[in-house]
Amino acid sequence: MIGRVARALLAAAVLLPHHLPAAPAASQTATTIANFAFKDPVITVTAGTTVTWTNRDDIPHTVTADDGPPPSYRSHPLDTGDSFARLYDKPGTYKYYCSLHPKMRGTVIVK
Amino acid sequence: MDHHDDEIGCGGRRDALKCMLWAGTGVLWTVAGGVPRGALLGSAEAAETGHALRFMQISDSHIGFAKPTNMDTPGTLAAAIERVKADTEATMMIHTGDITHLSRADQFDTADQIIRGAALTTHYVPGEHDLLEDNGSAFYQRFTPGAAKGWYSFDQQGVHFVALNNVHDQKPGGMGSLGAEQLAWLKNDLTGRSSSQPIVVFAHVPLWTVYAEWGWGTDDSEQALALLKRFASLTVLNGHIHQVMQKVEGSVAFHTALSTAFPQPAPGDPAGPGPVKNVPPGKLRSLLGVTHVRQVRGKHALAIADQVLA
Repeated sequence: MIGRVARALLAAAVLLPHHLPAAPAASQTATTIANFAFKDPVITVTAGTTVTWTNRDDIPHTVTADDGPPPSYRSHPLDTGDSFARLYDKPGTYKYYCSLHPKMRGTVIVK
Repeated sequence: MDHHDDEIGCGGRRDALKCMLWAGTGVLWTVAGGVPRGALLGSAEAAETGHALRFMQISDSHIGFAKPTNMDTPGTLAAAIERVKADTEATMMIHTGDITHLSRADQFDTADQIIRGAALTTHYVPGEHDLLEDNGSAFYQRFTPGAAKGWYSFDQQGVHFVALNNVHDQKPGGMGSLGAEQLAWLKNDLTGRSSSQPIVVFAHVPLWTVYAEWGWGTDDSEQALALLKRFASLTVLNGHIHQVMQKVEGSVAFHTALSTAFPQPAPGDPAGPGPVKNVPPGKLRSLLGVTHVRQVRGKHALAIADQVLA
């Protein structure tokens, strides 16, 4: 048993230095949907950032890629208080909209 | 028309967007051969008999919505159905979409069971809230059997009804949309029909632009109306905006119905779209309702009346 634990710890010790520098600390950005609008219509982040939208309206919304048809992704309908998170790992300009209320649009710029 | 406009508190200019009630009742529609007109339930016009066709419209039941504005959408839908049942002459009903709030199976079940209580053949079109999962397959299978994409037509007592789906193909930045395939179908559906046959078109999002900034309109509605304009009597029934609005343009009458779930603000209200949050206690049901429609033979009118739940 002890030997097994020791081996596991050793393996971890060997692996950790490899992994930590390769994966930069995960970056997070949170924003909201309110009053039938994406509150931050343009969000600028660095590559590797996860953007999270939380719906504060009484009406459901979605975060849907504006790259269709068909869109490359669409969140589930976000009821009040629901969130949707998406990792942006490559530089670029990513437009999105709400598929229920297509007048609602936003952009994520990844640097 | 002016008489009718006065009845519902409009300014008397029938082309102005002044004919506005808040959310949620029913409209009495009567079809009668020419320029449509409406009447509030309870008025002499609404009480008139001898009509050829009388049907009901309900809309925007949003089963699954449970917020302070209305914690009991099944209850208010049931109250609307009780109003429908009280009209013993209606022969069928239409539901102009947003049956549910989130397209969930249990929400469709609840709505279906309540609406069946009316014991009327009911024709549906989807709202955007009904197509949120699996490209709307649950809605289409249950509510538009035989019409896999949600558009279809039928004739009843001499009136041609056209059900359109303007929420399946909404584009980023746009409003409601019918799409080329549906427009081609519509053209084919109308080919060969006598221009004297009364036409009733129903769809969820208004087929006239109520307020573009909020998406309250349909991008390609002009193309549909161009196909329909030769008909001497055309009535367009919509939901989506949770308030009564009427407009007459030539031989076309547009009408939007109240919701059975919650009112929305008037177009351009600083509060933005969405449920009105400051409904005074006890007042909600006065802002919800059903619509009655009737056709009167020998008169040039399609009569519409909205009835609130309380």
